[in-house]
Parts: sequence; C-alpha cells; structure tokens
Amino acid sequence: MSEATVDKSQWLNLVINGQPVQVPPGSTVMDAAIKLKMMIPHFCYHKKLSLAASCRMCLVQVEKIPKPVPACVTTVAEGMRVWTRSETAIAAQRAVISFLMINHPLDCPVCDQAGECYLQENTFGYGDCGSKFVEVKRVVAGKNLGALVSAAEMSRCIQCTRCIRFADEIGGKQELGMIHRGDRSEVVPFVGESYTSEISGNVIDLCPVGALTSKPARYTARAWELSSHLSLSPHDAHGTHIAVHTKQNRVIRVVAKSHEAVNECWIADRDRFSYEALNSDQRLTQPWMKKDGVLVESSWEEALPFAAAALSHIIEEHGADSVGALISPHASLEEMGAWVRWLRGLNCDNLDTRLRTRDFSADASNDSLNPSKTHSPSSIDWLGMPIADIAEQRAILWVGSFLRTDHPLLAIRARHATKKGAAMMSVNAQRADWRMPVAHDWVVPPSKIAHALAQIIVAAQGLKKETPFSLPEELGEIVPSEVARAIAQQLIDANGRAAVLVGSFGLHHENAEALKTLSRVLAALTGTTFGVLPDAANRLGAAWLRAHPITQKGLNARSVLESPRRAYVLFNAEPCDHDQGAVFSRAMKKAQLVIMCSPFKPDASMTRLPDVVLPITPFTEMSGTLINMEGRVQSYQAAVTPLGEARPGWRVIAALSQLMNCPFPESDLHQLRQTFVPTADALNARLAPRVDLAHIKLDVPRDIIHPNENTRAIERVGSVPLYQSDAIVRRAASLQKTTWAMPPRVGMNRHTLNELGLTVNARVRVMDAVLLDALRTEPLSVEIDETLPLRTVRVDTAHPLTWRLSGVSGKVHLEVCDD
Amino acid sequence: MNTPTMLNFGAGAILLSGLTGDNWRLADYRARGGYKALEKILENPNHWTPDQIIAEVKLSSLRGRGGAGFPTGMKWSFMPRHAPEKYLVCNADESEPGTFKDRDLLRYNPHLVLEGMIIAAYAMGCARGYIYIHGEIWECYERMEEVLKEAREAGLIGKNILGSPFSFEVFNHHGFGAYICGEETAMLESLEGKKGQPRYKPPFPANVGLYGKPTTINNVETLANVPYIILNGGQRFLELGQPNAGGTKIFSISGDVKRPGNYELPMGTPFTVLLNLAGGVREGHMLKAVIPGGSSSPVVPASTMLDTKLDYDSIAKAGSMMGSGAVIVIDNSRCMVKSLLRLSEFYHEESCGQCTPCREGTGWMVKILHRLEHGEGREGDLETLDQVAHNIMGRTICALGDAAAMPVRSFLKHFRDEFDFHIKNRRCQVQDYV
Repeated sequence: MSEATVDKSQWLNLVINGQPVQVPPGSTVMDAAIKLKMMIPHFCYHKKLSLAASCRMCLVQVEKIPKPVPACVTTVAEGMRVWTRSETAIAAQRAVISFLMINHPLDCPVCDQAGECYLQENTFGYGDCGSKFVEVKRVVAGKNLGALVSAAEMSRCIQCTRCIRFADEIGGKQELGMIHRGDRSEVVPFVGESYTSEISGNVIDLCPVGALTSKPARYTARAWELSSHLSLSPHDAHGTHIAVHTKQNRVIRVVAKSHEAVNECWIADRDRFSYEALNSDQRLTQPWMKKDGVLVESSWEEALPFAAAALSHIIEEHGADSVGALISPHASLEEMGAWVRWLRGLNCDNLDTRLRTRDFSADASNDSLNPSKTHSPSSIDWLGMPIADIAEQRAILWVGSFLRTDHPLLAIRARHATKKGAAMMSVNAQRADWRMPVAHDWVVPPSKIAHALAQIIVAAQGLKKETPFSLPEELGEIVPSEVARAIAQQLIDANGRAAVLVGSFGLHHENAEALKTLSRVLAALTGTTFGVLPDAANRLGAAWLRAHPITQKGLNARSVLESPRRAYVLFNAEPCDHDQGAVFSRAMKKAQLVIMCSPFKPDASMTRLPDVVLPITPFTEMSGTLINMEGRVQSYQAAVTPLGEARPGWRVIAALSQLMNCPFPESDLHQLRQTFVPTADALNARLAPRVDLAHIKLDVPRDIIHPNENTRAIERVGSVPLYQSDAIVRRAASLQKTTWAMPPRVGMNRHTLNELGLTVNARVRVMDAVLLDALRTEPLSVEIDETLPLRTVRVDTAHPLTWRLSGVSGKVHLEVCDD
Repeated sequence: MNTPTMLNFGAGAILLSGLTGDNWRLADYRARGGYKALEKILENPNHWTPDQIIAEVKLSSLRGRGGAGFPTGMKWSFMPRHAPEKYLVCNADESEPGTFKDRDLLRYNPHLVLEGMIIAAYAMGCARGYIYIHGEIWECYERMEEVLKEAREAGLIGKNILGSPFSFEVFNHHGFGAYICGEETAMLESLEGKKGQPRYKPPFPANVGLYGKPTTINNVETLANVPYIILNGGQRFLELGQPNAGGTKIFSISGDVKRPGNYELPMGTPFTVLLNLAGGVREGHMLKAVIPGGSSSPVVPASTMLDTKLDYDSIAKAGSMMGSGAVIVIDNSRCMVKSLLRLSEFYHEESCGQCTPCREGTGWMVKILHRLEHGEGREGDLETLDQVAHNIMGRTICALGDAAAMPVRSFLKHFRDEFDFHIKNRRCQVQDYV
C-alpha cells in the first residue's frame, strides 16, 4: 500500500533495534528498515520484483516468534519489536553466508563483480571468518545468453532468481528459468534460445554476484578503478538516467541510474551498450576535407575557414535560400539552439529536425505561417501525461506503435498497468509481440488505419449519446465493426483514466496528420488523454526551439531534398536517419558543397563524400540538455574529455558563425542554456493541453478515411529496427551482434505470398511503386509472417540494406532477383 | 495389481477392516456400509449443517495423518465461510521413505477416502476437489480414475449429489514423484502446472491456496476417518484413541522385522505390540533403533522405544515424533553411518533448491557423510555435520530443511560412538559383531 493512500492514523508502530518507526499497513519489516535507512542484508529481495524469500539472508528476530523470519516478506503488526543484530539474527546471517559460500568459487581476483559484489560485501559484513568446507565445490556449465549478457561463470550463481523474476515480471516473458532441483539448480535460457529481451542488460545490474556480467565490458576494468558520471541516454525520448563509468578518460561501461519518475531503475539495452561506438575506430578524431575526390585528414585551422568561406560564397552568389540544413533530433538543446540561431542569422529558413516525418501538411496551418488561423496553436505534441501515469491508466489505445522497439521503457510502464488490469489496445499494420496481455490488437493495412480510427470514433459517438460533437458527413456512412465498438467501450469505461497515444509508425505514416487528428477527436470524444510518443531524444526540444521552417518560403526536411539546394549543412544527420534515404543521397550528389558535422566518419550511405567533415562530440564528451516525452527538461554533464580533436557541436557552430560574420551573442554554454533551455512554466505553457471537444474540428480528407477499396496494390509497413535508431547505436558492435540486428527480411502472410507467386527465402528487391528505379532496397529474403494483413509486406527502414526505400508506409512493388 | 500380503488390523480397525484386496469396488464398499455417512448427512441437512459436521470432527480429536498432526476440525474451520470459490485437495503424494499406508488405502478402500472427501467438501463448501497422487504409484492413479467413474455414474460426485442441492466435482492429478510436492503449498504450485516449490507462509492455503483461492489440503488417511466419525459420532472415535488424538492409526512398519506391512492400531498402543504383530526382529538379531514417524523423524534408541506408546505425546516424550506413522526398525546388523548417509542422500536429492540453507546444507551433509562412510572422515567432521544440520533447522521456507536436519542431529546424538569409530578406524564398527 502506498504511503499516499492510507490515512496516517492507521499507520503501524514498530521498533527495529530500539528505533521506533511508523509504516502504512501492509508494509514489510524490510520496508520499515529501509525507511530507517537501516541495512538488512539480502540477495533475492529487490524493491521492483516479486518476493521470493528464498535467499534467507534477511532473517531477523521478531519478538514472540521462536524462529528467525525473513524481513522481506514479514508484514508489520502493531507494536512489533524486531532485532536485526541479535544473537538469533547474527547466527542466522552467518549460517546463510556459510551456505552460500561453500559452493561459490573464490575467484574474486578475476571476477568482474569484485568490488561491487553483494556476496563479497555481505560476507565481510555478516559472515563468519574461515570456512569448515573441505569438499569439492560444485561446477556449473556456462550458458550462452547472446551477445550482451555473459553467463560464462554460472558456478558463481547463488540462485537468488532475480534475473528469472525480472525476465518474467518486467521483461514480460519467461525467457529465463531454473532447471533441476536442490544444489543442481541452474539458471538457463529457454532451450535453444538466447536472452532476446530489449531490456536484457538489467539482469547484469540485478545479479548480486558475478554470474551475469556485461559481455562487452568484461575484463576491461576493476570496479574500484571506475569513476561514475551521471548522464542521460540520448537514444529515445524517455530521458533515461544512466551512470557512465569511465577509466582513464575512456567510457568503460554504462549502468542504470535510478530515477523513479522516469526510468525507475531500468535502462534499455541500447542505453547500456551503445557506448561501444564511442571508442570505435569509426569515430572521427580530427577534421577531414575532400581533396582530389578522397577525404583526407585536415585540421581545424584549415577546415573551419574553408567551410565558412565556401558557404559564404554560395550565399553571396545564390542567396541563403540555396542552403539546406538538417540536424539530428537527438541533438541537445544547446546544439540545436546555436544551430537555429546561426542559420536564422544567415537568413536561411531551410532548416529542420523532422528527418523521418513524411506528412508536413500541418505546417500549412501553423500559426507562424498563417497568422490568420487561430484554432491551431503552435503547441507541442507530447505524451499528454507524466511517464509514470502510464502505469495508472485503465485503458490505452496505441495507434501505429511498435512500443517495445520504439520505447522499451515505456513498455515496462504499460506492463505495470496490465498487471493492475488495464486493457492495452492497438490499431496497427502488424500484430506486434507486446510481451503483455493485449485486449484488442486490431491489424489493418497501413492505408486503412485512418478508417479504423474513424470506426472507433463512430462507435464512441454511438455509445456517448449526450455528446455535443457532431460527426462530419465523411464518417456518416461508416458502420463500426465489433472490435471498434469494443475499443470505444473500453476507452469510455475507463472513466478518464485512459489514453490514445500515437506511436512512431503513426507519426511517420504518410497520413500522419490525419491519424493524429482522428486520435485527438477520439480522445476528446471518450474523455481520455491524447498524446504522441516522440520519435527522438529531443523532439520536444526541437519543437520548443521551433527548429523548423517558420516562413512560407522555408523548406522542410522533405522538400529541402526534393528540390535540391546548392549547399547542405548536415549536423549528425546521415541518409539512414532520413525518411527518404535515396532522395537524400541524390540531393547530396547534385550539391556543390556538403558540410557535415558528425562524431563519426561518414558511412557507406553517404555515397557523395562531404567536402568538409567536422568532428563533434557525442553525449558523453559534452554537456547538454534534453526534453523528454513528458516535458521534463534534464541536463547532463560530460563524462570524459573529447576524443582527439572533436569539439562540442555548439562550439563548432559558434566558430562557423563567427567566421561568417554573423556571430550570436551567446558565447558559452552557460549563456546558451540561459537562452535556449526553457523553464518548466514556459514549456508547460506550450505543451498541448487536453483536447476540448468544443474546440476541435475533424477536417480529414475524405480519401484518407475512405481509401480505394478495389486495389490489389502491395503496401509496406516498416519501422526503424531497434538497433538502427541513431548514429551511435548503429555503430555499437555488440548490439549489432544481437538477433535484433539480423538483416531485415521481407515479411508477408501466406495469402500475400501465394498471390505474388513467391516462395519462402526468395530474394526480392522492394521498390517504391511510383519511382521504381531509385528508391529500392538491396535484395532481401522473403519470409512468412502471419502477423501482417493481406497485401502488406514488412520491410524495416533505416537499415544499410533498406535505407534507399523511402517511407514506413506507402505502396511498393516487389522485384524478384536472379541471384 | 498384487493382492495384499500384509493388510493387518485388530478388532478396533475402522479403515482396513474387511479388506481382502479385491473388494475395492463401489458395490463392495456399499456392502460394507459405505456412503451411509454421506447419505445420513444429505438426508437430514437441517441437522447436519456444515457447522455441525465441523463440530463433530473437532469433538473426535482427529489429527492430520500426513505428519504434522494438526487438528482436522480446526483446519476446516479456518476456511472462509462465504468465499465464492474454494478447493479441497486430497494429499496422496505419499513419498516419505518408510511410508506406504495411503497407497494401500487408495488401492483397497478407495471409496472410503472419496466419501470422506465429499463430506469434507460439504462441510467447507468446496465445489471442486483434486486428489494429488504420487507419481511413482501409477496403479493407484489408474484405480482412482476407475473409482471416480463409478462414483460419477452413481451420482456420488458431480452435480446434485444423490439428488441433493450439493455439487462437488473431483479430479485425479498425478505428480511425477517429487517428495517436495507432498508439502502442501508445493503441491498447489504443482497442481497449477508450475515447478513444485513451497510457497512462503503466510498467507496460508486456507486464505490463498490453489489458484489464489481458499484451499484445504488433507491427507488420505485423515479423510478416510471422516465417514466413521459421522456414522458413529466424534465421541466414539475419540474413545478409540487417546484424549487429544482420537481414533486409530495405520502404522507402516518396515525394516528389520519379519512381517513388514500396514497395521491399523488404536492410538496409544505400546510399540512392543506393533513389533510383535510384525513378527519382531529377525532371529539372532537385536533391536538397535527405531525411526518412529517416517525418515524425517529423529531416531530413537531401542531401550527408549521399547517403553514408548504409539501416540503423539508419548513419541514426543521419547524425543521424536509420530509423523506419518511409518516405523522403520533397525537391528544391530545395520551401520548407523551408512543408514544416515542413505537418508541424507534422499533429502539432498529431493531438496527443491529454492532456499539457501536446505539447497546447500543437504549437499554438504551428504559430502561429509560420504567421506565418513568411505573411511575418509576427519577430526571435527562430526561437529561440522551437527553445525550444518543446526544451521538448516528453522531457517527454511518449508519443513524439508528440518526433515533433513533432524535425522542427522539425532543419529549423532544417540550413535556418536559409531561415527567416531568410522573416523578413528576408517572402517565400520558393525562389521565386528555381525
């Protein structure tokens, strides 16, 4: 029972080691001890996992109970008296340590956990010195859990089952289990499988001993050599808190940092293992310039003036409009702010961060572009509620969301909600493996998602008779299906504790604005929260800074490539980051000048080499600020100094602006922050408020709600693969060895396969149905995937094999390859 | 199925009397007066209210026959009255070394057990019951399937039993031979399809049991006593035995006796009577020790045991426990070190591995005993062994830890000379006088 819900007068009094404490009814002795900041040694107990009471380390003495009892499961009774260091308790603690140690290898000198090992600490703190054990110790064979978690030394396992409980309760699938009995018990993955969870690395933090360790970080440092730096993970909009551990100015590993309201105590695998890219040989450590068609090493003294002069020259000759600028939406507020300030100073409005967006139709109604319009404020789309509130919802409709890959930690919150009985519902173009109970998983082709939402709206309208909202005639002829009615009913029954949330597939969909409008209307109609799941670490920051065109002539992230510019400035943006990789690539080819700022050497997708590449620092080597999906403004500090000649991006931009004679006033990080980092109040004023039914208009084009039914066209559904999300993750070696990083395949159901006359494992190229030639994938293998609707093929985007094919949705054509 | 060789009962027997080994069917049971107790209840429901049945069982002083000896009537009264879903589980996972009474009850008098179950379900308001049968007595499972079929056809289980408003459905479930599944919460886990591992208590099964619902688990022999109590009254049952432990008890006597088998005797019968019924120890041998209540109960030296009566209090006074009533007789041809090694190997094999003291301690004890038995004992081993057993006791989730520790501590206490001999002479003392 949480402290907030119980009247203080009902709290129970107890005394631990003579110290009185009050706790709410239902609390355990362990809870009370934690409240007193009193240490009761334990192994299997973890505040976020179910109680096993099996390690017996937390045995304490309780008055009137003859045997010692485990503090973790013993509920407090009024007037209870507890001793954690009495003779009985100490005897029990010593006994348990002696039992745990008899079969534990004494290999601390070569164990990665040494120095941060619960067993080591508790043995020193609570054990008896010396051992009477003279027998042969147990040996347990190592296990293969995949590329991230090492289980090579399972002899060290003390069978606390934390990892097993985590996989089941937090990860949502029983991927780990205990086989055999007694002292032959072994933790194993499911027969023949590795541990595939997107949050698997948390078991490394959970394991109290050195049985589960980080495969990439093994044997690289001792715990006591590391210094810890708090930071934020920049791979998704969660704002996850991490601790970056460094040794001799090098990032050795990343571990979770608890922040109850944001990430509890969990982090995703890409938060934990992406650091490998930071020390990889793909890092750019000094400026490069193109000379005689190849990139050669250069210096800041040479590269910066060259870049500034070349760009100035083009602007003088052809105007600022001939420049296009793209910046990664994962960039910090400081970088984005400097970048926007610089480009606006040059009078260039062709700037954008919305690299994966396809539908820019809302820009036309943006108030800054159309001051006459009043109903569409420049409000910022966000989650619509605090992250923690996801777990408190009674029903959530996810529109176009592959939640586990887009937001692994938000999926944990949703899983918490399902444990309390919440109904998870989804409208998407594929039935995803949610690893949680899903009440309604409605799968329709990408072009029919809008129609599905319209059905739910009509159903909700029918269920809520007293609503003042009148449906537009486009929806008049729609008859809601059974599932549409069921979803509407669940949303209404939740009595306001529900949400309609649009995920990445919805936001990157070719009709994204229509899907958002329909979702907004549905939320208003059912009295629920509307929200979006922002697609990048600083998507809200970009919106706050208006890092997009603000004049009529400004070109957005799509049009700036479709009508090629003479010069491009790319800030941590690669063709793989863009919705239209091939168009991106072609625009670069036509350009006179390409300036690239990146922590990494250009990858193979940059078929046209940049003229200048300026090395900027990744998040661990500079300070920055991000705004997460719930509108939380959080800053992080540098953990290490920049690698080689790399410099923080904002400093590079400041230098360029100075050399181009349009300097901006903020000369250091402090001033940048003062200018660009919003206060909570200022940001809240711009976060989109809860939608009011009276002020909403359903203006969705008819052909989006009623797509042509009589087509046999093949549609694509795609999303960014888990480990292709950004430039750092793409280059993290171990993440790329996981099953998530296998080459994408073309999935389709059996009917589609037969209709297309294909066979399993056939090699095909998937190409844009209109622009067949350029926008196509490399040859991919066909596989059967019954989670897809008819005439819809699954082709992931943003992968080296698929980035040329644009869009996550849209009509495609399949060409069989000869090879 | 084999005919019984050792089904023995005295004049006062109420569970085994009249059994030939072949007369287990419904018609035979009816001929012996079977299902009369159930009919008596259902014909007069105004008198035989659930409360009245529980009161009668309380009066009888019937105590659980599975080993713990908890008063049955009190256990039944713990079940919440108005819970919508409640379960009754018959614990037929008999697997303690030395125990073989439930197997014979299921084989030779199965309808008696079922009738007891139906009455118990009526008293507690359970709509569903399970009979959890030990995995290594497959023939009992098959027989119980036949028995349930007979009973279902006769309207004794299922909907509206014997035309009354009372409905009760029973299912057989067989385990796979894990000793730990005889522990009631491990049994519930196993019934739910999970690995058989005991749950932490509280909550007790009466509140949170099978599938999270209130559940009572009763031993086969316990339930088999219920029809007699209803037919003859709790007072009469109580008078069969001792003041705080009514009725008879089936003793499974095994080991060094001439006629091992099941003997049903009134509570409080002197041990010597049982030993004589079983034919006494073999010619030329002397009684050395007795394990009176299944392998987990502390061993008692012959001199003490010969003066002990077979009831809860008397055996407790002798330093051991009644347990399941499995009496293992050890004569002077047996090595106590080897005997203990064998017992400890069993508990090591059967420890579920969930909690630390039992998982690690049972293995440690076996390793030490194995060395002792094989002439590799060292000075200090006995102290370590006793300390390990002491460190397990009272610190585990379930009673298996205690069950593994008690034999060790009692063997060391009463027969330390044999262990010392093994260490000093690297061989067995018993070889000298065999």
